[in-house]
Amino acid sequence: MNAPVPGALTSSLLYLDGVSVSFDGFKAIRGLSLTIEPDEMRAIIGPNGAGKTTMMDIITGKTKPDVGTVMFGGTVDLTKLDEAAIANLGIGRKFQKPTVFDSHTIEDNILLALKSKRTVGKTLFWKTEEPQQKRIDDILGIIRLADRRDRLAGSLSHGQKQWLEIGMLLAQDPKLLLVDEPAAGMTDGETAQTAVLLKEIARDHSVIVVEHDMGFIRELGVKVTVLHEGSVLAEGPLDHVSANERVVEVYLGR
Amino acid sequence: MSFLHRLKHALVILVALVAASVASIAQTTDEAFKRLAADSYSDTSRAIEMLVASAHPNAAQIVEALGDGRLLAGPSDVVVKTTAGGFVDARTGQALGAAPDGLKPVRLNNAVRRAVQAALGGLGLLNPDPAKRIAAAEAVFKSRDAGLLPVVEAAIGRETDPPALKALRQAQAAILIARPDAQPLDRLAAVEVLYERGDQDALATLRALPGDATPALREAQAKAIAAIEGRLRLWAIVQNLWYGLSLGSVLLLAAIGLAITFGVMGVINMAHGEMVMLGAYTTFVVQELIRANAPGLFDWSLAIALPAAFIVAGAVGIAIERGVIRFLYGRPLETLLATWGISLILQQAVRTAFGPTNREVGAPAFMSGAFELGGLAITYNRLWIIVFAALVFAALLAILKLTPMGLQMRAVTQNRRMASAMGIRTGRIDALTFGLGSGVAGLAGVALSQIDNVSPNLGQSYIIDSFMVVVFGGVGNLWGTLVGAMTLGVANKLLEPYAGAVLGKIALLVCIILFIQKRPRGLFALKGRAVEA
Amino acid sequence: MIARFLLQNMDRRAGIFLAILLALAVLVPAANLLLPASSPFHVPTSTLALWGKYLCYALLAVSLDLVWGYCGILSLGHGAFFALGGYAMGLYLMRQIGTRGVYGNPVLPDFMVFLNWQELPWYWWGFSSFPFAMLMVLLVPGLLAFVFGWFAFRSRVTGVYLSIITQALTYALLLAFFRNDMGFGGNNGLTDFKDILGFNVQAQATRAALFSMTCVMLAAGFLIARGIVVSKLGKVVIAVRDAESRTRFLGYRVDRFKLFVFTVSACMAGVAGALYVPQVGIINPSEFAPANSIETVIWVAVGGRGTLVGAALGAVVVNGAKTMFTSGFMAPYWLFALGGLFVVVTLFLPKGILGTAEALWRRRRKPETMPAAEPAPAE
Repeated sequence: MNAPVPGALTSSLLYLDGVSVSFDGFKAIRGLSLTIEPDEMRAIIGPNGAGKTTMMDIITGKTKPDVGTVMFGGTVDLTKLDEAAIANLGIGRKFQKPTVFDSHTIEDNILLALKSKRTVGKTLFWKTEEPQQKRIDDILGIIRLADRRDRLAGSLSHGQKQWLEIGMLLAQDPKLLLVDEPAAGMTDGETAQTAVLLKEIARDHSVIVVEHDMGFIRELGVKVTVLHEGSVLAEGPLDHVSANERVVEVYLGR
Repeated sequence: MSFLHRLKHALVILVALVAASVASIAQTTDEAFKRLAADSYSDTSRAIEMLVASAHPNAAQIVEALGDGRLLAGPSDVVVKTTAGGFVDARTGQALGAAPDGLKPVRLNNAVRRAVQAALGGLGLLNPDPAKRIAAAEAVFKSRDAGLLPVVEAAIGRETDPPALKALRQAQAAILIARPDAQPLDRLAAVEVLYERGDQDALATLRALPGDATPALREAQAKAIAAIEGRLRLWAIVQNLWYGLSLGSVLLLAAIGLAITFGVMGVINMAHGEMVMLGAYTTFVVQELIRANAPGLFDWSLAIALPAAFIVAGAVGIAIERGVIRFLYGRPLETLLATWGISLILQQAVRTAFGPTNREVGAPAFMSGAFELGGLAITYNRLWIIVFAALVFAALLAILKLTPMGLQMRAVTQNRRMASAMGIRTGRIDALTFGLGSGVAGLAGVALSQIDNVSPNLGQSYIIDSFMVVVFGGVGNLWGTLVGAMTLGVANKLLEPYAGAVLGKIALLVCIILFIQKRPRGLFALKGRAVEA
Repeated sequence: MIARFLLQNMDRRAGIFLAILLALAVLVPAANLLLPASSPFHVPTSTLALWGKYLCYALLAVSLDLVWGYCGILSLGHGAFFALGGYAMGLYLMRQIGTRGVYGNPVLPDFMVFLNWQELPWYWWGFSSFPFAMLMVLLVPGLLAFVFGWFAFRSRVTGVYLSIITQALTYALLLAFFRNDMGFGGNNGLTDFKDILGFNVQAQATRAALFSMTCVMLAAGFLIARGIVVSKLGKVVIAVRDAESRTRFLGYRVDRFKLFVFTVSACMAGVAGALYVPQVGIINPSEFAPANSIETVIWVAVGGRGTLVGAALGAVVVNGAKTMFTSGFMAPYWLFALGGLFVVVTLFLPKGILGTAEALWRRRRKPETMPAAEPAPAE
C-alpha cells in the first residue's frame, strides 16, 4: 500500500504520499501514505499521539507538511493552499472538541456553514432565498434541532453540539468530510443515531472518521486504517486489522 | 599689540631661563622681591620675569597671587595672602600668623596683567608636576599662541617625561604649522605630529592652515585631514555602538520584568512602567532619608535603594495580581485594560504624594564622571547601568534555571493545567512571578533614576519601548528579550545620526510593526501545537 | 438596496436611539438659536459645543465597538484614525484662513511662514476644496487602516499582539506629527480657524449647524455599523471573534472580513475627527497619544461592547463625568476615577451598562432566545 498505485492520482479523491512533519524535532507524522476514493467512508484509529489530528491538520491546511504530496481530486495540491481555500474546494471538518459559534443561534450556525459564495460583498448583502431556507430547515430536521433553532448554540449539550457540527458539515455540502471523534461524549442511543447519520451521508460523500469507540466503528462497517507513530500500521476490514498482531501489541501491549 | 607684546615677554622668559642656569636662584629672587616692593609697574613686570627665570619653587603661587591682587610687599618681606585669608611668606612658603606691618598690596595695570598671564603660561610649561606641564602644553595647543613658541621649544629641550614631551611637541606643531616663516620641513613634520594626535582639535588646527602653504604642505594637510576624519568616523561608530549598548541595557532593564510577567503568565501588564517609576521614587525617598539622617552613607544610597525598590515594587505587583489580575486570567484584553487603569491610579497617587514635577535624585561619587578610552568617551553612570543590567539578567536566568521556584514557574508557563495537577500551587506561583517581574521593574527604576527625570510620567515613556522589546524578542524567552533589547538599542542609536532621534525611532517602530507581521510570535518564539491553544 | 441594508431587522432599541439623535439634531440647535437666554429651555452655546464634542466621541466609540465588540480586534490606535480625519479637516480649515493669518500670506499658513517655508508642500494641495477634503477625511484613515490591516490580518497577528502594534502605530504617528518638518504645524497643530464653507466657525449658527451635522453623522454611522453587524457578514465577523480558526475551516477568508470591518471603522473614526476639529477649534498631535485611544476603549467597555448604542452611551457618560470631575475641586481625582473605572468595569461589569441591563431584562422574560452579540470571554 505504500507504493503509489499508477493512475490513482486521477481516480482517488484524496491522495497522501510520503507525508512527514515534525514539531521542534518531534516527528508527528512520518512517511504517511493514504488514499480515499470518491464516496468512500474510511475509519481511522490509533492510540494517542499516533498523528490522527495532525493528519487532519495537514489535509485541511492548518499545518504544512515538511515533505510529501497531498492531492485532492487528483489535480489540486493541498499543501499550497490555506484553510479557507481548502474548505471552499469541498473539504469539511468537524473538530474533536465540538466548536460551534456559541453566541449565534443554531439556525445561524447552519446559515454560516451553508454552501454559498464566501466573499465580503456577497455576505454583506446576503438575503436568504427560499431554497436556501428550505435546505436549512431540512438540515435542522436531520440533526433534530428544528424546534430549538432560535436558541444560542452555546446553550446546547455536548452531544447536541456534535450534531450541530455535523449539521454544519452537511450544510457545507463538501466532497470530503473529516470527522474527528463524532461519538465522544454521547449516550449509546446518540452514538447509534450518529452512526446511522454518517452512513447516510457517506452515500454521496467521502468521509474520514477518526474514532476511539470500536463499537461505533463496527457499526459503521467500513475499511479501517490503523495509524501508529505517524504512519500506517495496518489497513483493511475491522476484523482483519484487529487480528493483526502488531495492532494488538500497539493497543494493548508494551 | 598682543603678538609683539607676548613675543617680548616670551623672549624675556626665554632669556631668563637661560640666565637661570647661571645665576643663582637666591640672587634673582632677592632682586625680584626688591622690585616688587618698588611700587612701579615696570619694576613689577620685570620682577615677574625674574621670578619665572629663577625657577623658585613658589614662583607660580606668587605670580598667581599677584594677578589676583593678593600679593603684599614691603621693604623686607613679601607675603602672599592665601585665598582662605591666611598669610604665607613668599620666600620660604611658611605660614605666618599675621601680615607684618608696613606691607602694601602690589598694584596691577594691564601691562602687569599681561605679564602675569604670560608668566603663568610659561611657568606651567616648567611646572615640576608633569601633569601640570601637559595641561599647560594642551592650553598652548588650543590657543596656538605663536608668542609662546620659544618657551615651548625651550621646554622641549628640558623635557624628560615622554607624555609631557609629546604634548609639548604637539603644541609646537600647532604653532609651527600656521607660521609662514617656519621651515617648510618643520611645517610638514608638524602636519605629521598633528595627524598622530588625530582628534577634533588636531583637525581644527589642520584646517586653519593659512593660505600661504606650499602645494606639498597642502597635500600633506589634505591627506592628514582625510585620514583623521576616517579615524574619527570609525570612533563615532564605536561611540554610537556604545550608546546603543547603553540604551539597550536600559531597555533590557525596563523590559525584562515584562518579559517575565508576559512570558510566564501571558499577562499584559500596562502598569509595568509604573513599577519602574515606583522604583525610581523609592530611590528618591531613600536618598532623602539618608540626607536627613546619615549623610555619610550617601555613596551607599543606591545599594540601599535596590532592595527597597525591589520590595516596594514587588509588593505592589503582588497586590495587583491578587487584587485584580487573578480574576482576569484567560482574558488578556481585559487584563490589558484593567492594568492600564491601575497605571493611571498609580501615576496619580505618586503625583499627589510627590507633586507633578521632576524630583532630584543624586548620583553617588562612583556614578559621576567619565573617562576616555581611545576615542571613546565613557560616562560612569552608563557603564554601571550596563553592568547592572547584565547582573540582573544573569540573576534572573539563574533564578529561572536553578531554583525550585524557577522550575515551577517554567512548568506553569509550559502547561498550567498539568503543573496544577502535579501539585504546584499555580496561584502562588502566579503571585510570586508577578511580584518578581514587578520587583525587577523596581530595580530598573533605581538605575533609571540616574539617567532620567524622576517624574510621575517616567513609566509611560518606557512602556511602549518595553513592549516592543518583548514582542520583538519573542515571548517567554529571556535570551530573546536580551537580543531584542540590544538590537533595538543599537539600531536606534545607529539610525539616529542619519535620521535624527525622532525619525529614527519612527523608522524602528515601523520596522517592528512589519517584523511582527512576518514573525507574529517574535524572534525566539516557542513552536508547536501547545502555543496555539 | 441601501435602504434595505440600513434598515434590515430594525429593532426597538435602535429605533429609540435614532429618534433621540434626530430630536437632538433639531431641538438643541433650535433651543440655542430661537429661545431667549432667559428661557428655562434655552441651551447655552457652551453646552451645545460640549455636547457636540461628546457626540463626536460617541461616533468614535461606535466605530471602535464595530471592530472590538463584534470582530474581537482590540484596537489601541483608533485615536490615530480620529486624529487623521481631524487633520484632514484641519488642513481644509487652514486653507480657508487665506490672508487673515498673522503674516497675511495668501497661500502659506502662519506656521509655515514662521518656519520660512517658501511653498505649500504637495500634500497640502487640494485641501482648499471642501469636497476633496471630505474625501480625504474618509480616504486617509481608511487607507492607513487598509494597509496596516492588510499586513496584520494576513499574517494572523491577533489578540494582544495586534493591540500592541496598533498602539505602536499611533505612537509612531504621534512622534511624527510632533515634528515641525512634517508640515502639519508640529507641536501646536492647526488652529485659529476662521471659516467653514464660508461661515464663521465661531458663529452661533455655525456651531448649531455643526451640532446638527454631528447628530446626523452619528445616526448615519450607527445605521451603517448596525447594517453591517446584522447582515450575514456581521454574523461571520462575530463567528471570527468567537472561533476564528473554525470560521476559516468553513471557507471564510477571515483576513478579508477583518480588513473590511477595520477599514470601515477607521473611516468612521475619521469622520468623527473631522466633525470634532471645527467644534473644538484645534487639532494637535496630542490627539495621537496612546492614552486617548485606550480611553476610547473604556467608553465602549462602560457602555457595553457589542451593542453599538452602548458604545455611544458610554462615550457620553464617561465624558460627561470627566467634564463634571475636572471642572470642580475634584479635578485631581479624575485620574483615580478613570483608572478605577477601567478596573471596575473589567472586573464587575464586563458587558457594560447596556449589556448588563439587557441581560437582566432578558432573564426576566424568556431565557436564551435572542441572537445577542455577547462579548466572548477571550479573544
